Amino acid sequence: MASGIKDKVVILGMGCTRFGERWDAGAEELMVEAFDEALGDAGIGRKEIGAAWLGSCMDEVNIGKSALPASIALRLDNIPVTRVENYCATGTEAFRGAVYAVAAGACDIALAIGVEKLKDTGYGGLPGLDIGTMPPLWWPNLSAPGVFAQVASAYMKKFNVSRDELKRALAEISAKSHVNGAKNPKAHLQKAVSCDAILAAPMIAEPLGLFDCCGVSDGAACAIVTTPEIAQSLGKKADELVAIKALQLSLSNGAEGGYNAWDGAYIPTTRKASSRAYAEAGIRDPRKELSMIEVHDCFSITELVTMEDLGISAEGGAIRDIMDGFYNADGKIPCQIDGGLKCFGHPIGASGIRMVYEMYLQLSGRAGARQLPAPVYGLTHNLGGFPHQNVVGISVVGRYR
Amino acid sequence: MLGITSFGAYIPRLRLVRAVGAQANAWFNSAVLAQSRGERAMANWDEDTLTMAVEAARDALSGRARDDIGAVFFGSTTHPFADRQNAGLLAGALDLPEAIVASDLAGSQKAGTGTLLAALNHAAAGHRGESLAVAGEHRRARAGSVQELLYGDAAAAFSIGRDQVIAEFLGSHSTSVDFVDHYRRADSDFEYHWEERWIRDEGYMKLVPASIAAALAKLEIDGASVDHFILPENTAKLAAAVAKRCGIAESSARDGLLGNVGLTGAAHPLLLLAHALEDARPGQTLIVVGFGQGCDVLAFRTTEALDRLARRHAVSGSLARRKEERNYQKFMAFNEVLVMEKGLRAESNPQTALTTQYRHRRMLLGLVGGRCTQCGTPQLPPADVCVNPACQHTGPMSPYRFADEPARIKTWSADNLTFTPDPPAHYGMVEFERGGRFMADITDYDVGAVSVGQAVRMVFRVRGRDPVRGITRYFWKAAPVYGAKEA
Repeated sequence: MASGIKDKVVILGMGCTRFGERWDAGAEELMVEAFDEALGDAGIGRKEIGAAWLGSCMDEVNIGKSALPASIALRLDNIPVTRVENYCATGTEAFRGAVYAVAAGACDIALAIGVEKLKDTGYGGLPGLDIGTMPPLWWPNLSAPGVFAQVASAYMKKFNVSRDELKRALAEISAKSHVNGAKNPKAHLQKAVSCDAILAAPMIAEPLGLFDCCGVSDGAACAIVTTPEIAQSLGKKADELVAIKALQLSLSNGAEGGYNAWDGAYIPTTRKASSRAYAEAGIRDPRKELSMIEVHDCFSITELVTMEDLGISAEGGAIRDIMDGFYNADGKIPCQIDGGLKCFGHPIGASGIRMVYEMYLQLSGRAGARQLPAPVYGLTHNLGGFPHQNVVGISVVGRYR
Repeated sequence: MLGITSFGAYIPRLRLVRAVGAQANAWFNSAVLAQSRGERAMANWDEDTLTMAVEAARDALSGRARDDIGAVFFGSTTHPFADRQNAGLLAGALDLPEAIVASDLAGSQKAGTGTLLAALNHAAAGHRGESLAVAGEHRRARAGSVQELLYGDAAAAFSIGRDQVIAEFLGSHSTSVDFVDHYRRADSDFEYHWEERWIRDEGYMKLVPASIAAALAKLEIDGASVDHFILPENTAKLAAAVAKRCGIAESSARDGLLGNVGLTGAAHPLLLLAHALEDARPGQTLIVVGFGQGCDVLAFRTTEALDRLARRHAVSGSLARRKEERNYQKFMAFNEVLVMEKGLRAESNPQTALTTQYRHRRMLLGLVGGRCTQCGTPQLPPADVCVNPACQHTGPMSPYRFADEPARIKTWSADNLTFTPDPPAHYGMVEFERGGRFMADITDYDVGAVSVGQAVRMVFRVRGRDPVRGITRYFWKAAPVYGAKEA
């Protein structure tokens, strides 16, 4: 029987670049920027890192294949470095690699770094994905907003929600993230936007408008993890340590997209990964016990259904919670307190680690103007792929013990 | 008895209102004002000669066994491929058996009637099974030309055999004369035309009547006994004038469909023949003429079996499935007469792996998936492990044809971001009523009218064109069934 990851690994230090249209920097410079901050925070030198995991998604732009770009840019000490990729859940995969290595005793200190340089395409939005030789012969030319908008059509049908009602709730989701992002100096978008302006924005993929879509950003985020014992031996105080309470992943097996059962209005893998994570962390009632969440709000509709899939809002109840301000900064469970993918930005390989970075800052009382009072548990939800076939990574972090 | 056993036709849903094209170009060429009346059939951006031929052939084959078809002949002057068998693609899209004679006929406006002759000859030679004669045409014409408005896009198909013949083949007569009313060199995009008055006087009124007279004499048919006279005409009443000259009643000349479809090239005699068979009664005589550097003249007589053939979608159904298009620029863009700035996103264009395409040819061409031998779940793509979470049986699946299965839209979106020649791109989860689903392109949509639960019919369409490697990729898409009830 697996004993789970709870309290076996702690965060020694983290770093995160300013996200945005970083015309000034390539992936290498972004990695160094995040890494420097993390090393300083951890109080160690690069030679003390025993193994590293690099997360990057888009081969087509960015750094290409292999982990060598990270090993070279960071001048790592000829240690094992592994590149991982799992669509937009890539950042959580890199983090999982490092955390599991420490938990397994394979190394004392491990590094997870995620980076994405997206703004080298010449156009807005994500670059086209390389999807192999067969999918281009029969898949539609899917875009990310186009596939996630599918969920909106199914949700309206399932819960008999009008387009106007849904659009208003989606606008609230984005407006809330803009308010939060305005307090985050590292965020890509730092300007509050009114619901009226959001509703008036150009249509991207019916019913998602421009402000229903997250920022396409350059950036890097990085975590250095170790055991609680080593962290204390390096001078960290036990009661200030932030520990990993759960780390779960769930992937589709083709049923949603190929078998007539799924209704399209929720993400089954989010439900599976989160229930496993709650069990691993010892959380019985997430609505009561979670202090804050960072979810994969690639699109406002994704955030909406995620509230239900995480078991926080009731099925069909997310709109009510959203309109009630339940997920606002001053609500019961603040969501996207750093601005989320929507405003902090979404450099794909970095995003999963960026979510943990915010939880880490909040739990350490270092979140500045957006600091929440006494958070206990934070959850991150990182989703890659399409609603009908995807990768969901969930982590729960909290104070050690 | 040898003859036609079934027929079908397809006219694209879009109809360009000719007046908008005429008005746009009258400043340059006032002759186009003469083409201001009515509308012409206009292929959607994802339709071409092959996709229309597939639809026409599906219509001809609907409700009929297709496993004993032994030959398919495909006639056109606008086949998508010059060296890749178009008839083979057609057979693949129809999921016909691989043991089949497949042949393309091209090079003249007679290519359509040529397929009928080829199919009839194939059957007459005593080969097993039925044969298919299919013709389609999607001609391009320069902006501001008369042809741009005169022409239309369509396809028609016939099955030929010896059992349950609805129109007995009485015989034919063919001539070949290098009468060049127009031509197009193999490497040219557009035709070159000579004066219409000469074509009328020396072509339609001399060459054509001479060929018809020879046919009638050879087959011992009295012109006065002809009930349906089928000759594609390029101006109204020309077929009637030719009929009169041949001793055939002017009233027997079939409507040339110039006002609502346009001249559909090599497909046109077959399209008109299909239309005639929709109206014909048993025991009637039909004369079909294909004219292009000579003539093919074919004679048929309908039988009692005509009344027993289930009603086809054919020409009447196609004419009713209609959407007016008043955007002339869209017509030019779809025909690549106008070069649109497609943007950087359109540059993404992966190579077509011919090996992959070959391995999956039955799925890609025929929309054949798998059906689990254990739990019976239909699925696409076919896989070695069943997709049903409660089954997951490992082993080969039995082939399962999705093409004619009723389906509905489960989820959808209209995507303004991704590249398509006709934004916004519509796609969604399409669910088959008897099992199976996949994310599919939606085509022939009306913006603002797509909805969850909408009934769709799968259609074989152009998936994309790769200008770098010169290949057109095809796959199946979901087309709303207009007039159907929502689920």
